[in-house]
Amino acid sequence: MDLDMGKYAFYVWGCYGVSAVALIGLTVLSVVAHRDRAAKLKALQETLAAEKAQKVDA
Amino acid sequence: MALAAYPRNAYEKPMIISWLANPERFSKVFAPVRPYLAAATAILFVWGLYLCFASPEDYQQGDTVRIMYIHVPAAWMGLFTYLVMGVSSFFGLIFRHALADAAAKAAAPIGAVFTALALVTGSLWGKPMWGTWWEWDGRMTSVLVLFLFYIGYMALHASIEDEMRAAKSTAILALIGLVNLPIIKFSVDWWNTLHQGASVFRADGPTVAPAMLWPLLIMALAYHLLFIWLWLVRIDSEILSRKYNGLRARISFREGGA
Repeated sequence: MDLDMGKYAFYVWGCYGVSAVALIGLTVLSVVAHRDRAAKLKALQETLAAEKAQKVDA
Repeated sequence: MALAAYPRNAYEKPMIISWLANPERFSKVFAPVRPYLAAATAILFVWGLYLCFASPEDYQQGDTVRIMYIHVPAAWMGLFTYLVMGVSSFFGLIFRHALADAAAKAAAPIGAVFTALALVTGSLWGKPMWGTWWEWDGRMTSVLVLFLFYIGYMALHASIEDEMRAAKSTAILALIGLVNLPIIKFSVDWWNTLHQGASVFRADGPTVAPAMLWPLLIMALAYHLLFIWLWLVRIDSEILSRKYNGLRARISFREGGA
């Protein structure tokens, strides 16, 4: 395995660096947004369920 | 909640697309698959990246050949993702499948990132090999147009508040953009371009040496799996978001009517 890119180091590592940042960034944003939305929906559903239970009790 | 029975039509052919078009069912079917996809993607990336730097340098390109192992898959995925977006938009526009717009909308940012990476990595390869960062030739210009279609699609979707209207307008835009895909593919044959012709998908077989073809194919597979995993996550996000907005709208309506 050769990691010495010689005179092309800037171009090769530049490509791998930009790709890593973009793909990891996209992955993190997608997963975080998914978790946030799932949590928001769950909280709203729980609030509605609690309200419904209160009405039944009353 | 148990999954609904898998339906079959009068000719006993499975109607999988119709069956999966139910957002609730779609989420339930694919939620257990996603962790395995994520693991398979990570393994392929580790393997592919090892091969990228274990393969020999090219006798003409030197070490810049390693840029090809991420540039080419990014370019393939830019095209493939747009095809997925176009097909989803077609189903949304013609058959009104509930999930189709969510699928197209979820694919757009992923495709935009892949296409941007194809442009940036291509430019970083072009400078040492061609002596220029950019050339307005058929291939590069048509890929830039593809990127602009992605940006236009996302901007249009964000600018229309009504989901139904947004879905219809963006689907029409996505279908128009499909015309660009064969232009990108055949631009190197139709015009005299600086960009080289096809070297993998050729009628007479690949012209790339196996030592360089393997890293390219493994990385391409890793990019494909990454796309599928992210696409499923983003579709599910869209389903959750629409469900949340639907509940909020019902609450507002109820409070307004009370």
